[in-house]
Amino acid sequence: MKKLILSFLVAASVSLFAGEGDKIPASTVKKLDGTKVNSNTFTNNGKPIIISFWATWCKPCKKELDAIAENYPEWVKETGVKLIAVSIDDVRSSGKVVTDVKSKGWEYEVYIDENQDFKRAMNVNNVPHTFLVDGSGKVVWSHNSYTEGDEEKLYENVKKLAAGEALSH
Amino acid sequence: MIGLIGHSYSKAQNNDVGSVHGSFQIDAQYYNPDSLIGAPKVPEKMLSNAFGIINYQRGKFSAGIRYEAYNNVMQGFDQRYKGQGITNRFARYQDDLLDITVGSIYEQFGSGLIFRTYYEPGLLYDNSLDGIRVISNPYKGITLKALAGKQRSFFTVGPGIVRGVDGEININELLDSTANANIKTKVIIGGSFVSKNQPETDPDLIIPENVGAYGGRINVIRGGFNFFGEYVMKENDPGLANSAVVNGKTIYSYKTGDAVFVSASYATRGFSFLLQGKRIDNMSFRSDRDASLQNLMINYLPATTKQHTYLMPAYSPYATQPLGEVGGMAEMQFKIKKGSLLGGKYGTEVTINYSHANALSQIGVNDTTTHSTLYKTEYSQAGVDLYHDFFIEINKKITKKWKATIMLSNQFNNVNIVQHNTPKGPYKNIKSKIAVVDITYKYSSNAAIRFEAQGMLRDNKDTLNLGSWAVGMVEWTPNTHFFIAALDQYNYGNPVENLRLHYFLVSAGYTSGPHRISFSYGKQRQGIFCVGGVCRVVPASNGVAISITSSF
Repeated sequence: MKKLILSFLVAASVSLFAGEGDKIPASTVKKLDGTKVNSNTFTNNGKPIIISFWATWCKPCKKELDAIAENYPEWVKETGVKLIAVSIDDVRSSGKVVTDVKSKGWEYEVYIDENQDFKRAMNVNNVPHTFLVDGSGKVVWSHNSYTEGDEEKLYENVKKLAAGEALSH
Repeated sequence: MIGLIGHSYSKAQNNDVGSVHGSFQIDAQYYNPDSLIGAPKVPEKMLSNAFGIINYQRGKFSAGIRYEAYNNVMQGFDQRYKGQGITNRFARYQDDLLDITVGSIYEQFGSGLIFRTYYEPGLLYDNSLDGIRVISNPYKGITLKALAGKQRSFFTVGPGIVRGVDGEININELLDSTANANIKTKVIIGGSFVSKNQPETDPDLIIPENVGAYGGRINVIRGGFNFFGEYVMKENDPGLANSAVVNGKTIYSYKTGDAVFVSASYATRGFSFLLQGKRIDNMSFRSDRDASLQNLMINYLPATTKQHTYLMPAYSPYATQPLGEVGGMAEMQFKIKKGSLLGGKYGTEVTINYSHANALSQIGVNDTTTHSTLYKTEYSQAGVDLYHDFFIEINKKITKKWKATIMLSNQFNNVNIVQHNTPKGPYKNIKSKIAVVDITYKYSSNAAIRFEAQGMLRDNKDTLNLGSWAVGMVEWTPNTHFFIAALDQYNYGNPVENLRLHYFLVSAGYTSGPHRISFSYGKQRQGIFCVGGVCRVVPASNGVAISITSSF
């Protein structure tokens, strides 16, 4: 068993150097109309995708999505980016996902990850956690937590990604 | 050298040797005893919880492990988390037709009323099923699931076997796409059966070794309307959770259990309304009839009350009563338009919520046989008030630089039952009137200061409680990487004058991408910490805490 762990750890450290850049893993998430969708089918016609993990009970998550919503039409126009908001609410609050999204007027593509399969597959410990996916469907950047102004940094990276430049944290 | 290996691997990845990802979290605290606030002396002085997850994926195959270490487990968690080891490992193959997993499994049937295994590290809640699971999509719109195994219990598994099947049909997907395009109503139906098996050797009692539970659900969506309903039933399941002590002797209840949960909502741009209701009767469903607390639960019973995030409104949260409760909530959310008198330049968001929970009225049954149900309940009768909460929140961006949130909450909590599980206990019902003001001043594009003021009025003569509180907090984020915050919780209304204490806490943290490290120093009051429907009591503490979380 120890050997197994060691080999896992070596592989993990190697992967750190290999960097991000793997495809979105396969998990089943639910659209707001109840239809099941596999996360590995998320696409945006070769344009960047933002995947944002959030929950209806998470204040910083909603602040981040509100801040992005203010400029989202411009972001889409300038870079073609699409934001996919993945709610990790369980049944206690998953009924609130659709009411929150609509009453806030968010124009995002929204999914519910009710038993957090996709959250686990993406190695998210806590929300908000935001990922950037490039035009070929590879996860190239991620960020945990939200503070005021993070959305501007995120957008700088979206622009860099759309222009094919190196990303920064 | 490592760089070279890394390089060669990253090249090899193009030939698909798969990918490795994972995450870590470490929490540690140094404890100073403080008899005034009730912080106990911790013999080890320092305690820590940590875990690391590593997942491997290649095409349709994936595998992973989780290692956990408790040296020793931190205050407020179950002491049976002792030592370290691998607590989760799995291998999975999935394609469009078939999805097979062996090892530690997380799964949910319907809303979870009948079966849900999940992991919540903040609570150290993990009831994963160690076994096998097969998911199949034999036809478009049809999902079938089957599983069997034993549940995690600390560093081992529980004694009972859990088996289950679930089927779900998305009627619209079943129909061909041209017919589907004309149907505005979407309907999804599902059904589950779950059974547990645990041997029993007690010669005096006839206890069922197999206990079955079954249920059905429906989800109907049309335009902005959404309705979900699920009903589940459990056969008689005598165990510690539903037993009673009569004349010094423990007797079991042979009553069947049932639960119903409904959620209906209407949402359109700028306005929404949500109604939820549920009734739970004798639905503690565990894979060990002698298990207690949060251990070895097969199902998940959500609390249908407002989930608070600010400190004071979350001070006395509600927890679901698996043995019996009836309740619900109504919530309305709307956005006052930009440019109107109340909406201002950016619009104003308003949320109004009322939630309520009652116990069930238990009618005693005069039955002295060994198969007594002990009591019965009626759908038409509710028992005593357990909890209610009336809540208003107004959220407003005032200018480009200023944002404010104002929140009011009026709560009632029957703590004898909700917190202490002693219906005839000595505690008085707690009534709290709470106000929160939260103001953010964003003085540059990536820097802000946030202020919070909270007040909670309570009965200051009730010596079994701590009375009223006032809270002040300031948080400074000079850039998007760094934060520093100071918090003071002042128990000015404590019935005992020399216990009217300030609980000061300073904290700071640094975030870079997916990595985050934070420290805090000071006093933390005793509290109840909840995620989802599960809560844990955290004792008061005084000391230094550090938390590191990272993923790659």
